[in-house]
Amino acid sequence: MNEIWAGIQAAFRLIVTLDADLVEITLRSLQVSLSALVIASLIALPFGTWLAIRRFRYRRATIATLNALMGLPPVVVGLIVYLMLSRSGPFGVLGLLFTPTAMIIAQVIIITPLIASITHQAMRELWAEYHDLLISLNTSKRQRIATLIWDGRRTLLTAALAGFGRAIGEVGAIMIVGGNIDHATRVLTTAIALETGKGDFALALGLGFVLIALALLVNFAIHALSRTEREGTW
Amino acid sequence: MVEPYPSVSLKDALVKRRGKPILGPIDLALSGTGFTIVLGPNGAGKTTLLKVLHGVERLSKGVVAWSVPDAQARQMQAYVFQSPIMLRRSVRQNLAYPLQLLGEDKAAIASKVTDWARRIGLEEALDRPAPRLSGGERQKLALGRALIRSPQVLFLDEPCANLDGRSTREIEALLQDAQAAGTRIIMTTHDLGQARRLASDLVFLLHGRLHEQGEASAFFATPRTSEAKAFLEGDIVE
Ligand SMILES: Nc1ncnc2c1ncn2[C@@H]1O[C@H](COP(=O)(O)OP(=O)(O)OP(=O)(O)O)[C@@H](O)[C@H]1O
Ligand SMILES: [Mg+2]
Repeated sequence: MNEIWAGIQAAFRLIVTLDADLVEITLRSLQVSLSALVIASLIALPFGTWLAIRRFRYRRATIATLNALMGLPPVVVGLIVYLMLSRSGPFGVLGLLFTPTAMIIAQVIIITPLIASITHQAMRELWAEYHDLLISLNTSKRQRIATLIWDGRRTLLTAALAGFGRAIGEVGAIMIVGGNIDHATRVLTTAIALETGKGDFALALGLGFVLIALALLVNFAIHALSRTEREGTW
Repeated sequence: MVEPYPSVSLKDALVKRRGKPILGPIDLALSGTGFTIVLGPNGAGKTTLLKVLHGVERLSKGVVAWSVPDAQARQMQAYVFQSPIMLRRSVRQNLAYPLQLLGEDKAAIASKVTDWARRIGLEEALDRPAPRLSGGERQKLALGRALIRSPQVLFLDEPCANLDGRSTREIEALLQDAQAAGTRIIMTTHDLGQARRLASDLVFLLHGRLHEQGEASAFFATPRTSEAKAFLEGDIVE
């Protein structure tokens, strides 16, 4: 018990004094997860919207696949990305294994289906509501997508935040493809795992507090967004 | 000013849903500068007829033919749906939307928006979110958003269903102005008084079939079928 209390006190000291390691790891975490978020959103938001308004032959199968991909265990994603990027793998020549880029790739694969799926559901609802009006006004396909994305922007932001939340807290995949290398690929979650293993609770707890703060921030943002949506404040 | 309206006709038109015919087979031609009122009991197929003419509902069989090329015909029509569809935006942005689609410049849009907000009595509500308006206010907004493009053809599906007497009269005046400016109006209503006030010609539907069509005064004075007579007298039509 004493050890934990001492750990918490030390953790606060690290945070208040902006400990160099803590700051570096936090920034890298943000860099990796935000990059993954931007890339995943660029793929998932238009794709989810397109899936909601376009009728094509394998639509149901595509949606089922998307939902299945959402449930992929991150560790397995890590394993697959590892195999792809390892020296003997198809992309081995790029030398990406154990770099932040590899971690970004893994996180993109993990959160893209999640963001696309939430986007698809929200956009399908909005499309059902707007369908007759947009057809009636003789809108072009581009105008329709633009209108849906604009009027659904809060929901889309919520989808993106959910993706970010999943990415920043994810440990299995990035541990495998990043290797948790000090000053190179060490991020919040992998560092916590390592420090806990070593018994250095101060740093582990300090990093844990930062991670919790980020997760709470994301959830508050989602909550605030859904409230402005419900109350219709513009 | 509005360009001269085009005419439209339905040939052997049939709409089936879940294997059952809900409209037609129907042959119908609408031309002239008239104010057409579509009458009929609930479920007669009035909404379906309007949507088919406008092109938001597809035919299972037959054709809708406009006197102008399709692309042009689409551009000159507007539609007010039975349950108004509000964009999740402010009243102002809802009014501006059809004009933005046409790429009109901001100043022109702004002046038309203020003008129409005043005409539909929503100038106080311009910055409120449209989905939060009352039922009647929504109908007014939907009407303003349809008229703001000065359409040559305007479809209205019970535009006054939720309006009080005074608002109804105001809307009727707006519609008569639009008609005077050259807009062809095709409208459904359950208000026979309103039908008498506005209609130049009439379409009477029953069970998805075209039962009567013709000049309004003749229809009201001497309906040809017993069903139409019963409908006008407020009896239950079988
Ligand atoms: N998608 C659909 N699937 C099955 N039945 C439908 C569908 N759309 C409409 N119908 C049916 O077709 C009939 C005609 O509907 P429509 O909405 O045109 O009636 P209406 O004359 O406008 O009635 P109201 O006066 O109540 O508005 C109704 O019986 C309705 O239930
Ligand atoms: Mg109807």
